Amino acid sequence: MSLMHVSSPHVHKPGSSVEQVMKQVLLATIPGVLVLTWFFGPGTIINIVFGSALALAFEAWALWLRAKDYKMPLRDHSVIVTATLLCIALPPYAPWWLIAVGIGVSVLLGKHVFGGLGYNPFNPAMVGYVVLLVSFPLQMSSWTEPRGIGEVPGIVDAFTALFAASSYDAVTAATPLDLFRQNSGMLFDDLMQSKAELTGPIAGLGWDWVNLAFLAGGIWLLRQRIFTWHAPVGMLAALTICAALGYDDGSSTGGGSVLFHLFSGATMFGAFFIITDPVSSAVSNKGRLIFGAMVGILVYLIRVHGNYPDAVAFGVLLLNFAAPLIDQYTQPTVYGTKKVEADE
Amino acid sequence: MSTPSYGQITHNGLWKNNPALVQLLGLCPLLAVTASVVNALGLAIATLFVLVTSNLCVSLIRNVVTDSIRLPAFVLIIAAAVTGTELLMQAYAYELYQILGIFLPLITTNCVILGRADAFAAKNPLMPAVADGVMMGLGFGLVLLVLGAIRELLGTGAVMADMDLLLGPMAKGWALVVASDYTGLLLAILPPGAFIITGLLIAAKNVIDARIERANKAHVEVQTGSKRVRVTGEIA
Repeated sequence: MSLMHVSSPHVHKPGSSVEQVMKQVLLATIPGVLVLTWFFGPGTIINIVFGSALALAFEAWALWLRAKDYKMPLRDHSVIVTATLLCIALPPYAPWWLIAVGIGVSVLLGKHVFGGLGYNPFNPAMVGYVVLLVSFPLQMSSWTEPRGIGEVPGIVDAFTALFAASSYDAVTAATPLDLFRQNSGMLFDDLMQSKAELTGPIAGLGWDWVNLAFLAGGIWLLRQRIFTWHAPVGMLAALTICAALGYDDGSSTGGGSVLFHLFSGATMFGAFFIITDPVSSAVSNKGRLIFGAMVGILVYLIRVHGNYPDAVAFGVLLLNFAAPLIDQYTQPTVYGTKKVEADE
Repeated sequence: MSTPSYGQITHNGLWKNNPALVQLLGLCPLLAVTASVVNALGLAIATLFVLVTSNLCVSLIRNVVTDSIRLPAFVLIIAAAVTGTELLMQAYAYELYQILGIFLPLITTNCVILGRADAFAAKNPLMPAVADGVMMGLGFGLVLLVLGAIRELLGTGAVMADMDLLLGPMAKGWALVVASDYTGLLLAILPPGAFIITGLLIAAKNVIDARIERANKAHVEVQTGSKRVRVTGEIA
């Protein structure tokens, strides 16, 4: 290691290697994954294990194709983080080919086409997710019923679902955000009472706990200084403001209360695990604040006015495009110098 | 500029200077209409026809039209050829004409055609100009067909469906179902799929070129090595 050529800045903080950071991110997903498993059964864990194995295989293949050393990149867990994030976002009990297409697109087209770890302009997990969402809308919206309404599938069912020839034949239920999309003519309170999936305290059965668990994991990561507070706070604040402005005491067009937006779908997962990606988001702290806020606004706009029930992935990809522009206008000035106009 | 040989023209059009993969011209129709083989074939034939006609006419008038007004003259010739093509398609392949829609008249603005007219046909005699039109059109068309086949296969699990739209009733049964129980990869038929697959095709071409170059280089190195021995021998 001592012979390695390292460029500045020479920050020395033990435990800040790629491998360490990735390990901590993986650890931080555990509460969220456990809650998902409690409410939806072992599907998510099987997704993650299967997806990670595939991702390692794709990564090794891509590195071999590019004639790169494959020992370091395979050991630094970065591709496992990509796979884990994608597989958490997928519906549990997804068929194997759905996971394979998603992982393949993430690793090959999201990451290695652009030059591998650290060079990807887009969040690889979200590239895979959006490709799947656009290509296979039916499979991507087949969430099973959460515990409390239906029977949670067992481990045997989960493996059957993974390798079934046709898609898994479970009782599928709409997620709360789906229900809001489909029943836009109903009053908020009526809807909350009429559907069993929405009887949870804030945002529907299971989903507020899932979001709380990801929030907890995210706060732990924040305290470990894996990322700064700017992007998550920007996103959550923007979403809060939008939802508060749009909320009109529960009419059909209001789009749900502030708490509903904060604790449903992928809000917390996106705020702490997706938009904090150091590679594809903005660089400066101010830039990250703007990046997060724009994602928050887009999430609200697409949820309430768009065609898709949730929008974290679209918001993140669109802002990935904009990240270089944000960087250009938020470049911090060097201490002691005058502010220089952004170079055109 | 000396007139290139027919071999060079062929090599340029089909591979080395391929309009779609190297010059990256005419990407708009390339990306927009290649969701299926039949659409791709329709546009390929139309473009080929326009390209040959325009190259022929431009080469004929190349000594009469002055430099300052050459571009308007070329565009008029191309527009006339496109109008003819459009009328022919309307008469003989009406359904395909409707599917291709705006992209038929848009052939007029396809940069490949004006590019070849100005860069080649305006400087070369009749026969090489026609040959260039044929080869460039074929090169463009082949990429269209490959792209259309890949997108149709990934998107629907079959290729060459609905070929009767272009080739009449005899082509009705030509559809080749590769995977019958197949959940289509919708993305391949949607616009992003066109961009991604075109990018992969360009990458594949570059890989092949790099391989060929490496093979040639290895071959040359052997020759220089043997020469060098002789040279040192002379100096000594």
